Amino acid sequence: MREPGRRAREEASPGARRERARLVSNRRSRYWSVARTVAWRNLHLAMRSPALLLPSLVFPLFFYMAFAGGLSTVGGLPGFDYYNYDAFQFVFVLLQSAAFGGVFIGFSIGADFDSGFTRRLMLAARDRSAVIAGYGIAAVVRAVLVWVVVFGIALATGMEVAGSGIDLVGLVGLALVVNVAAFFFAAGVMTRLRTLQAAPAMQLPLFMILMTAPIYVPRNLLEGWISSVAKVNPFTAIVEAGRSLMAGDPFHVLLAFAAAASGAALLVIFSWRGLRKAEAAG
Amino acid sequence: MTAAAGTPALRTQARYLAWRSVIRTIRQPIVIVPPLVFPLFLLAINASGLSAATNIPDFPTSSYLAFALAFPFMQGSIFATNTAGTNIAEDIGNGFFNRLALTPMSGPSLLVGQLTGVLLIGTLQAAAFLAAGLAAGASLESGVLGALVLFALSLSIAAAFGAIGLFAGLRTGSSEAVQGLFPLMFILLFLSSASLPRDLISSDWFRTVATINPVSYLIEGLRSLIIMGWDAEALALGFGVAAAIFVVALWAATRALRDRLVRT
Repeated sequence: MREPGRRAREEASPGARRERARLVSNRRSRYWSVARTVAWRNLHLAMRSPALLLPSLVFPLFFYMAFAGGLSTVGGLPGFDYYNYDAFQFVFVLLQSAAFGGVFIGFSIGADFDSGFTRRLMLAARDRSAVIAGYGIAAVVRAVLVWVVVFGIALATGMEVAGSGIDLVGLVGLALVVNVAAFFFAAGVMTRLRTLQAAPAMQLPLFMILMTAPIYVPRNLLEGWISSVAKVNPFTAIVEAGRSLMAGDPFHVLLAFAAAASGAALLVIFSWRGLRKAEAAG
Repeated sequence: MTAAAGTPALRTQARYLAWRSVIRTIRQPIVIVPPLVFPLFLLAINASGLSAATNIPDFPTSSYLAFALAFPFMQGSIFATNTAGTNIAEDIGNGFFNRLALTPMSGPSLLVGQLTGVLLIGTLQAAAFLAAGLAAGASLESGVLGALVLFALSLSIAAAFGAIGLFAGLRTGSSEAVQGLFPLMFILLFLSSASLPRDLISSDWFRTVATINPVSYLIEGLRSLIIMGWDAEALALGFGVAAAIFVVALWAATRALRDRLVRT
């Protein structure tokens, strides 16, 4: 066996190991510093400019009011076996707000590309994925804020929760995975197109997926083409599992988490490749 | 022909601006396509997703598609707010309005001209929605004459909402501010009797909101021609509400125009 060289001996020495650990720790701390700064800036802007935060807050509330209030008679149809129409609609609205929460951050990324801010940020950051991570943190914080408000209003206006605390944690966890998946989708689109004008390219596919799930009635009451589409739409599994958790009767929860998490994993790759394209574009 | 030496008559002025508005509309597919496609997509989802609602006792028709067909007409009219408002706000933003203010162009002809493009889109929408509805299996209970009245009511509503857009555009001079109106209009649409007849809405607060929401009467007027035939009360309310919105919005737009010209 060959004797280790001088370089290898130096690298194996306690001093070199300490130095390497310090470098890794520095890199990690710089990464989080960039991510934290981007997240803080985005949250700060959203708080200071209600026009940025209000749509993500008002739309779920409005949809909840319009669907749960306007269509409550539908809850009495024969074959509609869910315990409460408000809760039935609330789960959809919660998951919809999770998905659109990710897209709203996509608007911020697009606007920052338009103003040249993202390019400057990328020049300054050693690891550019920290910039995307920062936007991601902001997406989650903003979504949680929206859910607290929507949940509070739904409970205050008489929505009944049949699930236990653990079921609700599961529901919120599912919404979080959806939020993260939608965020990576939005980031992937925006890092490729790099302008706010490309917003419809984020919104439309998501809108199609959300709206072709069983929104108004359970799947057994769907008729026509939407019944066939809902069967193969992965968002159907997520909505149905969410509703089962809300009802305290978990059903296909693992399938829903698997659908959401595998979607998120694919979209991480999508957004990572988008970031590489943005870097290459300069 | 001329009102004063060198000044074209009101009708001629309006014709020039109307032509400009039509050409401008035709040249922007982004202004034409979403108001056609998006309402049809929602109609397809709602007609299929809510077809079970026809099993509710006393539901007025056995086809939810026919019931929901009025929805795209109304939704398309809401797009008119955006189109008219954005166009005039862009004219203000890019200086066209200032140049126009230097000419002897009269205010009313400017407003009428701007609305022409909106009415063109409204006509295309009405034709597309009716054709799609009939092709998908809905029938028009009021017959061929009913189709003409449906077009007339639909265009009246588009003109009324277009006038709201003109007011917003002239008042703010910002296309972003006009875009901000869109969600508000959408809320009005969803908080109406668009999804269920008012007497079948079981939630008291929602029924009250739908009853005081003028959009309910517009949509009920359109719907009456499709599922009921000739309902004089629904039609009178539909045309009456559209006319009232149009008059008030046009009056407000005229005042905003006067203010804007003074500032210019």
